[in-house]
Formats: sequence, C-alpha cells, structure tokens
Amino acid sequence: MRLRTLFVALTAALMSAGALTSPARAQIEVDVNRGDIQPLPVAVPGFRGERGAEIAQVITSNLERSGLFRPIDPAAFIERDLDIRYQPRFADWKTINAQGLVNGEVTVDATGRLTVNFRLWDVFAEQQLLGMQFTSTSENWRRVAHKISDAVYERLTGEKGYFDTRVVFVAESGGRIDRIKRLAIMDQDGANPSYLTDGSYIVMTPRFSSTSQEITYMALRPEGSSIYLFNLETGRRESLGSFNGMVFAPRFSHDGGKVAFSVERGGNTDVHVMDLRSRSSSRLTSDPSIDTSPSFSPDGSQITFNSDRGGSPQLYVMNADGSGARRISFGSGRYMTPVWSPTGEFIAFTKQAGGQFHIGVMRPDGSGERLLTTSYLDEGPTWAPNGRVLMFSRETPGGAARLWTVDVTGRIVRPAPYPQSGSDPAWSPLLN
Amino acid sequence: MTTITLTKRAAQFAVIALAAASVTACASRPKPDTLPPAPPAPPPATQPSTPPPPVGQGALPGTIQDFVINVGDRVYFDFDSYSVRSDAAPVLEAQAAWLNRYPSVMIRLEGNADERGTREYNLALGARRANAVRDFLVSRGVSSSRITTVSYGKERPIDPGTSEDAYQRNRNAHTAITSGAR
Repeated sequence: MRLRTLFVALTAALMSAGALTSPARAQIEVDVNRGDIQPLPVAVPGFRGERGAEIAQVITSNLERSGLFRPIDPAAFIERDLDIRYQPRFADWKTINAQGLVNGEVTVDATGRLTVNFRLWDVFAEQQLLGMQFTSTSENWRRVAHKISDAVYERLTGEKGYFDTRVVFVAESGGRIDRIKRLAIMDQDGANPSYLTDGSYIVMTPRFSSTSQEITYMALRPEGSSIYLFNLETGRRESLGSFNGMVFAPRFSHDGGKVAFSVERGGNTDVHVMDLRSRSSSRLTSDPSIDTSPSFSPDGSQITFNSDRGGSPQLYVMNADGSGARRISFGSGRYMTPVWSPTGEFIAFTKQAGGQFHIGVMRPDGSGERLLTTSYLDEGPTWAPNGRVLMFSRETPGGAARLWTVDVTGRIVRPAPYPQSGSDPAWSPLLN
Repeated sequence: MTTITLTKRAAQFAVIALAAASVTACASRPKPDTLPPAPPAPPPATQPSTPPPPVGQGALPGTIQDFVINVGDRVYFDFDSYSVRSDAAPVLEAQAAWLNRYPSVMIRLEGNADERGTREYNLALGARRANAVRDFLVSRGVSSSRITTVSYGKERPIDPGTSEDAYQRNRNAHTAITSGAR
C-alpha cells in the first residue's frame, strides 16, 4: 500500500538562521470563531529547488480553500527568488500588503530523499513565526506540502490544521435509476483519487476511524446488507458478521475500540454496539421506532442518534450503555444524521424543513442551533479532524451528488476539490 | 414495427428448432450408419408471401410476467409512512391469492424510499415498508418462510424525476419473485 511509504519525518527544530520565534502570540493571527472575518493576505512564493513551485502551489491552494487566508497573486510579488538563509526584504512584502509570508527551499539528495526547509514570517512585525524542516521520499512531496500547510495554519490560527488528511467517500456514476456506487478515497484536496470497490454492489456511509487508517462501511446487495472493517494500510477487509436482519449506519467510537450501528429486524431498527476486540455486540435501544445513525461523543460516554420515537425523525443523546435517552432537537423540521464533533463542542446534523435541506450544528445539550447551509438536498456531514470544517454531499434537483465543504461558522461554503460525483464523505484523522 | 416483431419470432423459432435437432443427433449417435431420412426440401418461397396471422400475447399463468402484469408487483406509500394504503390493499390481496395458488414461488420484498430523506433513515423506512407488505401477505396465508425482505432506502428509484409524482412513485415496496415461478 502507498501508505507504507508515507512516513514523513518531522524535525520541528527551529533553524538557526533568522530571528528566534517569539513565544508571545504573533501580531498576525486569524480568529476562526469570527463569522465576519477578513481573510488574511498571505504570500507563498515558489520554493527554491525541485518541486518547489508545486509545493508552494499546494500550500497556496490549501490556505485559500480554508477561507481564512487570501493568497496574493504571485504576479504582484516584488522580491523574487528568496533565499531561505536570509531575511526577506520586508518592505517589498509590506508594499503588496502581504501580512504573512511563507518561503522555502527543497533539496533532493542522491538517494531521492527530499528535504524541505521553510519559514513563516510576520511581515509587518518583521519577525519569523516558524522555521521547520521536513524530510521524506521525493514522490511524497504533496504530503510535505500538506504538513507545511498544517504548520502555517496552526501557527496563525492557534488550532490544528486538517490538510494532511484524506477523505473516503462514495464515487457515483451512471444514471439516477441505475447509479453505480464505488467506495473511493482521495487526499483532502482531491489529489490521488482511487477506488476501493468495483461497483458491482452498492456501498454506503463509509466512516473513518479517528485513530487509525481504518474505515467501516456498509455494502448492500439484494440478499441483504453487511458492514465491513477495511484497513487501508494492510488492505485487510472483514465483515462484522451476520445480524439476522439489515445492518447499516456503522460508525467507530473515537478510541477506535467499538463500532455502533443499526440492525433492522421485522421492520424495527435499533442501535447496537460491538466491541471490536471481543466481537461481542449488544443492543442499546429497544423502542419500536427507527433508531439509527449513532455517533459517539469523543470521550465515549454518550451516543447521539436519530429516532422517530416522537413521531418524526429527531436527534437524541443517550448514555453509551443505552440508558437515559433524551431528545435534543426541538426546532421545526426533521433532524437526521447527528455527528459529534472531534472536540465534543458540537453535534452536526442534517435538517429537512420547508422543502429544503440544511447542514447545521448545535451543542450537545441541544442549545445554540445554527444552520450552515441550505439547498435542495444537503446531507451527511463529516468533521475535519480539527472540528473547524465539515464536508457533506449536495444534490441539485435531478443532478448528481457532489462533495461540498462548509466551515463551522457557515461563512465559507464551497465545492470540495473533487470534480466528479460523490456522496457520503468521511474525513480521516491527521496522517502520521 | 410488425415486420420486425415477426422477424424476431421467426428467429426464435429457428433457434428452438436447431436445439431440438441437436438433441436428436445426440440421441441417435450410437447408430451412425443409419442416417435419418433427409427432411423434405423447403417449398420454394412464393413472392409475396402472406404474413402469418398475428400471435396473441398473454403471460402464461404462474410466470413472473403473469404476476407483474395481471397482479401487480409494486405498492405505494405516503411520505414517511409505511401504512398499507387503501389503494395498495387490493393489490396485496391479489398478490397473496396468486402466491397461495403457486406455493413454490419464493419472493423478496424490497422497500424503497424517495430521495427526500437521509440515506440511513431511508434504509430504515424502506425496511418498514417491506415488512408492512410482508405482514399483510402472511396475514393472508402466505408462509413467512417464502419471504425475505430487503431495504434499498433511496438507492433504487424507479423514477428519476424530482416532482411530487416522481417522489410518490419512488415510495414503494416491490415484490420480486426470486424462484419457483413457471
């Protein structure tokens, strides 16, 4: 598997040249919580050396797509061919109002080992904010660019990045009544897409483990459904077994030790949980209603799920042993697919109201509901590992499903960088 | 159109005749020296030939076509509902009667939902619909051992449209015959 070669050695040591990074907060910073933020102007000139231009381009695209940064057109740059050993000419960068500057240098040794040094500068403070070195194999240059993007994002926002990640999803093709669905995976920026199943049966709702490169998903054939574990590093794939009924909606606990899912018997759907080590499973709900789409809280103590026990689909939270179920959604409309954020702060959901669909968030006690998107059909949010961005699928009337992203403020809504039809995205944790 | 249909039928006839001939050939292999009498030469084609009379179409009783055409293999549901509607009950009565007449037939009930819901909820909803039909058929004497159920959720629409009519058509339970038909 490709992943075996993907270990990027990170030497986080500050480099000797240039000013020492101040332990104080940078003068430039990005507040991810403000909904009316102006994107921070940044300049990312092409790095010196082999692949340097492409690496700078990947960083530029990542920062731009986050909506928090506004990369400046390189045509406006005054200082050219920056040397990583020296301070940039700050006046040249102030002139074009670049508040942040990322420059770097790539070297490849005789064995093909790639080394990238880079610095992040606060132009107006004339101060280095970051100086780091990454090494990897040369074919792995995109991941190095993602790691640099994450470092820059973290230094300027104070939050972990999410660029060195992948997305597993369902690639769709064919017509609306004979749609072919294949499990697929790509880098979060749309690069390196590949298929994981052949399309001879329906696949749905892949979900990433938040601790490993492992996914769980549902396969649907006329004979019935199955849920699988699929280790992306080893290629090992196994069914979680037979459940004497339809089985669907699998999702890992945050520690990766359990999978919660739904089992339908005789028309009644309940939430079950399986301990992956012992493979013993138990039923958590017993209401004669639909109980599905379970999602664990990050600490594993609670599960949010979807139930129509009150007459229409709404969001509920129960203790992880199935006790104490309580409804948390009370707005008008139908609430579905609750997904606990990695930080525990929010539950994202799909809402259907007034002929439209929305992706929204609320706090786990049901307060603070905010709708982030509106369209004919938005569905199935998944959190980036830092809890700042959601990916979901959107369909126009009669059109094909596409992957979209929205930030948690709802301000930055845009198509994900995957040009074909896809649905059911699931974001990976940060890669190692 | 008529000509094309007739040509197709003629072709089917030809295939059947060939198959029969080859069976005969196999059966008569032990006596290779006694050739069967040569068939008479076909009569010379007369131009123009009179087309044969039209063939009446009709599904043979007990076939899948009989079930689909004369009974109906799909019933429809209201939005987010799995109650058997008054217009579905007669269809299901007829399905039960037909299935009781042909007891070797096995069926799979496939529940479907429209696209106005999430994938997972609609899987559960489709399962409810398949099971509502199952319960109806069992209550009319069809053995539950002949029935399996599956839900396709919103994955298998029969109408690609996005009108209320299309949604209505896609909220259904389909009775698929899996074996035992004639």
